[in-house]
Amino acid sequence: MNISEYKGIFVFAEQRDRKVQKVAYELIGKAKELAKDLNTSVTAVLLGRGMKDEAEKLCYAGADKVIYADHELLDEYMTEPYTYTLHKIIAERKPEIVLYGATAIGRDLAPRVSARLKTGLTADCTGLAITEDETNEGQLNLAMTRPAFGGNLMATIIIGKHRPQMATVRPGVMQRAKYSDRNPVNVEEYKTEIPADRKNVEILDVTKIIQQRMNIEEAKVLVSGGRGMHGPENYAMLEELADLLGGTISASRAAVDAGWVPKDRQVGQTGKTVRPNLYIACGISGAIQHLAGMEESDFIIAINKDETAPIFEVADVGIVGDIFKVVPLLIEELKKEKALSKVQ
Amino acid sequence: MNIVVCIKQVPDTTEVRIDPKTNTLIREGVPSIINPDDKAGLEAALRLKDEYGAHVTVISMGIPAAEVALREALAMGADEAILITDRAFGGADTLATSTTLAAALKNLNYDLIITGRQAIDGDTAQVGPQIAEHLGLVNISYAEDIKIDGNEIIVKRQYEDRYHTLKTKLPCLITALTELNKPRYMTPGGIFDAYREKAVKIWNLKDVDVDQESIGLKGSPTKVVKSFTKGAKAAGKVFALEPQESAELIVEKMKEKFII
Repeated sequence: MNISEYKGIFVFAEQRDRKVQKVAYELIGKAKELAKDLNTSVTAVLLGRGMKDEAEKLCYAGADKVIYADHELLDEYMTEPYTYTLHKIIAERKPEIVLYGATAIGRDLAPRVSARLKTGLTADCTGLAITEDETNEGQLNLAMTRPAFGGNLMATIIIGKHRPQMATVRPGVMQRAKYSDRNPVNVEEYKTEIPADRKNVEILDVTKIIQQRMNIEEAKVLVSGGRGMHGPENYAMLEELADLLGGTISASRAAVDAGWVPKDRQVGQTGKTVRPNLYIACGISGAIQHLAGMEESDFIIAINKDETAPIFEVADVGIVGDIFKVVPLLIEELKKEKALSKVQ
Repeated sequence: MNIVVCIKQVPDTTEVRIDPKTNTLIREGVPSIINPDDKAGLEAALRLKDEYGAHVTVISMGIPAAEVALREALAMGADEAILITDRAFGGADTLATSTTLAAALKNLNYDLIITGRQAIDGDTAQVGPQIAEHLGLVNISYAEDIKIDGNEIIVKRQYEDRYHTLKTKLPCLITALTELNKPRYMTPGGIFDAYREKAVKIWNLKDVDVDQESIGLKGSPTKVVKSFTKGAKAAGKVFALEPQESAELIVEKMKEKFII
């Protein structure tokens, strides 16, 4: 393999319901930083149907170029039509790096593409940087950092002898680039023909999970409950507290596994990574897997009966106490504050 | 119907602790378990066996001690167990692992291959789809519900914001989530059979047809160049006060931070 033939950074721009997902914009932001170090460009690859306007938006979000493949089999995600098309584009264009969001779709598609290309793939990265190869002077590699052992350990991984270097990246970790509709629009419409036998599954039904609440990755304030909540009925007080603070509720894995709170609320290694302005942990002991998902929050308040709970090690303010006593009183105090600020 | 379930023996990462003095993982005393998603995959296979009749084979690539995980699978009700073990397979990343497992699977008859979505020690979720790619099979990831209809399979698959119900022809590979089911316990009779009646077959390098350049450390495109523990964040203050004082303190801190 002649590594120097591979140039440029590709970002897989995941779409659902013909809308580019937030993580794609985050990846473009990071890719632009990496492109500076490599003196190269950032290309977003969008697979979908009827999405030309969204393709243009990717340029406004910082992509130097967009490759847009429009096909009816690319409208709703299916593994093989996506793998077929993306593999073809990568094999033809030879990028040195390909980034995907570590979402359900990204984590299904990327391994399939990597096995077809026989190249390396690093999952769930939280850090990306460019480093010089230790054995081959002048060769630049992507250093990919990710948590392992349930977040107990961080590992930095490189792909030294294969290209492209591929990684899935956790949503919510990278920063978007500045959005400007004065950026030049450079969209290549990629003609794709997908052989009929590549449609090897039939979608019988698509059921959307209706999100009545704010997405926890976007919330500025999260009130999170764990095993110490004792049951689903006790989340009402957390909802009230979250409402008062303009936020929403989330949960630890224990509460999700117990069926008290839906899976989309789960914070942690197997859930979502969040970094709100304020994270209030109620009755959460703070298993390392949970901490991995929330310790980057700006300000952390933890309330727990057990003074030895590991959550106190990351909390800015730790309260040793009974959540069933402290939270209702906190709600009262906040209501008083609100009433007061109205009078003023 | 022949079902092959791929399982991995993993350290129970919820039991792993960091030594605060050396900042390294404490591995001693951490129990080894069947990876939870894989166990759900095994349970799914056993339920299909109960419902439709099937021969369930469990395979695992790992060190010789991983035999214990395979014995547990036999005790739960699997019919056959194979341990794929050789120094040549060691140090493999996901691509090399999937290449090895795919080569082993070529020796077996299968209508359905089930893997867990991801292992708790690595959390990559890559090996399942990569095995499918090497074998030229359809893969359906994140299965939450599985039904067999003749030579077709109907799988409900989970995404962040939706479910897909997909139908495809067998053979195929699915990756299972722990949400799929609650795995059964081993029975005393099952444990007896697993150790007295049933055997764990051992396959070494010579038993699988695979290019030696594509396995183990040599066949792994990714290399770990550094591993480290995250430096602990400077802890804040912990207060043990009366509930009313606690509530007032929290409000005060929120004001300091301009949250309210």
